Amino acid sequence: MSVSSPLPHDSAKLHVTGAARYIDDIPLPANALHLAFGLSTVAAGKLVSLDLDAVRASEGVVAVLTAEDLPFANDVSPSAHDEPLLATGEVHYLGQPVFVVAATSHLAARRAARKAAMVFAEETPVLSIEDALDFDSRFEEGPRVYEKGDARAALEAAPLTLAGRIEMGGQEHFYLEGQAALVLPMEDGGVQVMSSTQHPTEIQHKVAEAIGQPMHAVRVETRRMGGGFGGKESQGNALACACAVVALKTGRPCKMRYDRDDDMVVTGKRHDFRIDYEVGYDETGRVRAVDFRQYTRCGWSMDLSLPVADRAMLHADNAYLLEHCRIESHRLKTNMQSATAFRGFGGPQGMLGIERVMDHVAHALGLDPLEVRRVNYYAEASGVDADAGAADMDAPAAGGVGGLSAPPAADAAFPPEDISEQWMDEDAASRGATDVGATGAVPEAPLGAQTTPYGQAVEDFILHGLTERLVETSDYAARRAAVAEWNAEQPILKKGIALTPVKFGISFTLTHLNQAGALVHVYQDGSIHLNHGGTEMGQGLNQKVAQVAASRFGVGMEAVRITATDTGKVPNTSATAASSGSDLNGMAVKAACDTIRARMADCLAGLYQASRSEVVFEGGDVRIGGEVISFAEAAKLSYENRVSLSATGYYKTPKVAWDRIRGHGRPFFYFAYGAAVSEVVIDTLTGEYRILRADLLHDAGSSLNPALDIGQVEGGFVQGAGWLTTEELVWDGKGRLRTHAPSTYKIPACGDRPEVFNVALWDGRNPEETIYRSKAVGEPPFMLGMSVLMALSDAVAACGPGYPALDAPATPERVLKAVMQVRDGV
Amino acid sequence: MEISFLLNGERVEMDVTDPTVTALDWLREIRGLTGTKEGCNEGDCGACTLMVTDEHGPKAVNACILFLPQLHGKSVTTVEGLAAPDGTLHPVQQAMIDKHGSQCGFCTPGIVMSLAAAHATGETDVDKVLAGNLCRCTGYAPIVRAAEAAMAAPAVVPALPGALPAAAFDPATDVALPETSDDLAAWYAAHPEGVLVGGATDLGLHVTKALRRLGPVAFLHRCADLQGIEETDAALVIGAGVTISQLIPAVSGRYPDFAAMLTRYGSVQVRNAATIGGNIANGSPIGDGPPALIALGARLHLRKGETRREIALEDFFLEYGKQDRAPGEFVEAISIPHQPDRLGCYKLSKRFDQDISAVCGCFNVTLEDGRVAGARIAFGGMAGIPKRAAAVEAALIGADWGEEAIEAAWGAWDEDFQPLSDMRASAAYRLEAARNMLTRYFLEDIGAATRVREVSA
Repeated sequence: MSVSSPLPHDSAKLHVTGAARYIDDIPLPANALHLAFGLSTVAAGKLVSLDLDAVRASEGVVAVLTAEDLPFANDVSPSAHDEPLLATGEVHYLGQPVFVVAATSHLAARRAARKAAMVFAEETPVLSIEDALDFDSRFEEGPRVYEKGDARAALEAAPLTLAGRIEMGGQEHFYLEGQAALVLPMEDGGVQVMSSTQHPTEIQHKVAEAIGQPMHAVRVETRRMGGGFGGKESQGNALACACAVVALKTGRPCKMRYDRDDDMVVTGKRHDFRIDYEVGYDETGRVRAVDFRQYTRCGWSMDLSLPVADRAMLHADNAYLLEHCRIESHRLKTNMQSATAFRGFGGPQGMLGIERVMDHVAHALGLDPLEVRRVNYYAEASGVDADAGAADMDAPAAGGVGGLSAPPAADAAFPPEDISEQWMDEDAASRGATDVGATGAVPEAPLGAQTTPYGQAVEDFILHGLTERLVETSDYAARRAAVAEWNAEQPILKKGIALTPVKFGISFTLTHLNQAGALVHVYQDGSIHLNHGGTEMGQGLNQKVAQVAASRFGVGMEAVRITATDTGKVPNTSATAASSGSDLNGMAVKAACDTIRARMADCLAGLYQASRSEVVFEGGDVRIGGEVISFAEAAKLSYENRVSLSATGYYKTPKVAWDRIRGHGRPFFYFAYGAAVSEVVIDTLTGEYRILRADLLHDAGSSLNPALDIGQVEGGFVQGAGWLTTEELVWDGKGRLRTHAPSTYKIPACGDRPEVFNVALWDGRNPEETIYRSKAVGEPPFMLGMSVLMALSDAVAACGPGYPALDAPATPERVLKAVMQVRDGV
Repeated sequence: MEISFLLNGERVEMDVTDPTVTALDWLREIRGLTGTKEGCNEGDCGACTLMVTDEHGPKAVNACILFLPQLHGKSVTTVEGLAAPDGTLHPVQQAMIDKHGSQCGFCTPGIVMSLAAAHATGETDVDKVLAGNLCRCTGYAPIVRAAEAAMAAPAVVPALPGALPAAAFDPATDVALPETSDDLAAWYAAHPEGVLVGGATDLGLHVTKALRRLGPVAFLHRCADLQGIEETDAALVIGAGVTISQLIPAVSGRYPDFAAMLTRYGSVQVRNAATIGGNIANGSPIGDGPPALIALGARLHLRKGETRREIALEDFFLEYGKQDRAPGEFVEAISIPHQPDRLGCYKLSKRFDQDISAVCGCFNVTLEDGRVAGARIAFGGMAGIPKRAAAVEAALIGADWGEEAIEAAWGAWDEDFQPLSDMRASAAYRLEAARNMLTRYFLEDIGAATRVREVSA
């Protein structure tokens, strides 16, 4: 059975030979045009004059468009229709597209785009958290609040209390393939779009609006992306829309790809956060109450910020049972790139708040932070067997004021303008869409169940067992003792070690997105054409889904052909996001395969005078009672007997429903778990450090493909560690992003991975009925990287009596600053 | 300009009309070889890595900041040309499949080419080999496993193009490929406003990012007489055209810490192209070569036409963006006087590998009977030029070498340096770290462990 086999990525051979095609590799018709945006050079202000004569006169330029030249919708927002494709008289961040150039080459378009004479009446931008709060510059009418119990009273009654603050920076996606789209104008006024996108349906919707046509006039195809990580959920809209408009205007194919610097300056990043906390606890470290205030800079437009901030609130508990808890969330509007989806979608930020609380409480009590964590864990699910057998196969600027990576506080005068109140068609397939509310009643947790701060029962908790196993396999206790001993002898270098857990909620929090479709054809030679609504960005989704299809038909992988995601084959897809890809599309493909299989079985049972239950698809053959024929023969026979060998499949996630305003119900179908131990060494002279060892144990349920899942775990950890260590976004006081290229923005390099790197999967089945009892694995391992920050905190704590209160990203500079502070006993 | 090279084994003869067309654009847009990817267009991600073979052997280079004339006389292998003619994959390609080394696949061609070049030369330090290849998906672990798995297979070295058509050098031409430094001197005298291209690892960005046109340009990589490394009785004399990769083994015996720091200079791809002459001549305040060379008392050899002069390297850097170099004058060589090794080099950056220094401090303090007899301390990243810490040196000289002397020099740092705050570091951190580097230098003298890279779990 192909399911659960560690098969390589389906495109592996194409990758290593350079044959795998990305958007920019597709051969173009001879008359194709290349597009580039002209960008705003100020963060806030009015466009006083725009002289494009030099742009038009530049070599190779065929067309130049401003907002006035757009024939239909000027909007690329996935949510509030507040994001014009091209600026309309006002600009809201430095890097906002103002006009678009079409030229005969990519280089000619880039050259021309820089030749505009733009004059702005510059306004003081709102940049920092403090500015935004001062001017009440925010999305939604005020902060969102989720509450459980009575946090204030419990804080007052708690034997011990402390308060603190953690700031954490954003993160550039740095997908290796930048944003790109290619549009071919069609004979009937429609367009065919090839886009590097996680969300073809959204591209289809936005392009349809931009060209004033129904969605049926737009076909979007996505074969693969060179990385996505959330950065291609909504950020590709602008390129596809610009290409579509220019393609129809000129009658010529149009391609647009951002140069790396443009990509980093134009597109949104992970939301940075500041979290203030007050915690009440007892001598054992058990938290009695916690009060969080989360502040996030959303940038200039709404994009997906509301569900991101929601998810941060929904992960404020991480793995810990909080009886009294209050979470207040401020979604601030600032004159910066519009922060967007990024692996974890706010979850990592919310989680880091409570992990900091655990670390801080442990320091105050002089306990091993792991003890405090375990004391606060949710109770283990009853009946969960760690070694459950085979899965059921049929089931502010550094040192400055104003917050992390924030520019120096400016005297902000105006909040960003509201751009538009006009309400176009709701893009219902976007995570930024308005919640229609729970269609059924919001489910209440069973009486007596342990619940999250939002009232969902936690019934599948496995972290006690998982942590215990990791403590053993990583030799945590002995190593912690060895670290202390080593530190006692070392004057300059200090080691630190930490174990942090992850509990991550799986499902789109916009409940109706939890659906998927698939299209499967069996040809008369027995070969299978497979299509589904998910997109391939490197995670191996297509391979996992093909493994499901091969297993359902009992054939080898060579019989299954994976094809590009295509809105003409499977409509109304959700973004490949929220780790949902294989859960949703795997089930949809299974449904389609099973439909065809049942039809074939009916036909063959009739032909061979057998009962349907005697028809078995296995090993490339079909057994019908005592007869055995090849699958190809079975397909041919079915065709000749006029059986439809094509089917759609559909799936919707059961059980989920919640009220996001009240913060109550069951947003998640289940939770995915994991834990990591990291050991680091720091240099107390310069703050430099190194990750010495990491041991990861991650819960992928009954893995559909352990090799691909381990790849997600390893890669997620390193990306998460990068977020919290070297990846620093710096804006200056004018709102200009100073880290706009890999020369200044440092994602982990090969030598940054832990010297010793042990990764294992927790082999237990998902108690919920997911595809072959597997679990989603895209986002959860990202948060294993938190162990690195906590290990750094542990190392810094060895330098003096104070609490490190280490902010992220913990660059060498921040580490040194923390070292100096703990020495002073702060 | 006529150039000739091998592309995946086939000879290419072409007339280059625009000398700033990059190898990457030419491969992708003209030749349709789209396996080589553009990830950053500035030499920092390695997605465009090619294997370029010359008489020194195969090496990985970034195609995005490599101009076509730089390929003259070489053999170029792209990812499409790596497998055997019968389709059998190169050992690193097969290992990348077997060990799950690709996810999204976009960085993969570059990774494969870096690994193939290392495989061909027998280099086994994978962290070093891949420092210039960013991968955002895998966390590198499976790629390292693939590299290790492929190591046992026999090396595959591409053929060279052989003899090139000889052409008389014309100093009047706007685009020049001189074969000797005399030709270069004649051309530069005729084009004093011209641009000299060593490895193009910095100049390339003027073209790909600033979108500038370079004007008259000479490519120096054919000037064999600029690529010599000579040990005289008094000094190590290094030609301006020596690449950083070639410089490392040349200094590793005498000044191991200099060599160790240079292994963090850019990446393999950058070091294979960048020249020490370019590193000095471009005047960057954050280049890593000059601080070490200044600390070693290096002398700079300049030439204009037939006139030569020699100056102390630190005197070359006048102020930010301004060097002591006349129009038409070029760096011919740098010489390092022989001396006992007392050099300590500390490169401080957010990321260990392939990151521009926030601070680069190089220390050369000599002792006599426990007292500081001489001190040459130079920094990058602390001023508008690579700069000596003259006041600190003065405070140290004559003092007993130890923590007291370091303490006594505390105030001198403020006299020497008023660093800037930027996206790499704040001014306060730069100064603090620079001071602490002197402490580290002393502690290393007395045998204390101070380097995180030398610690294991």
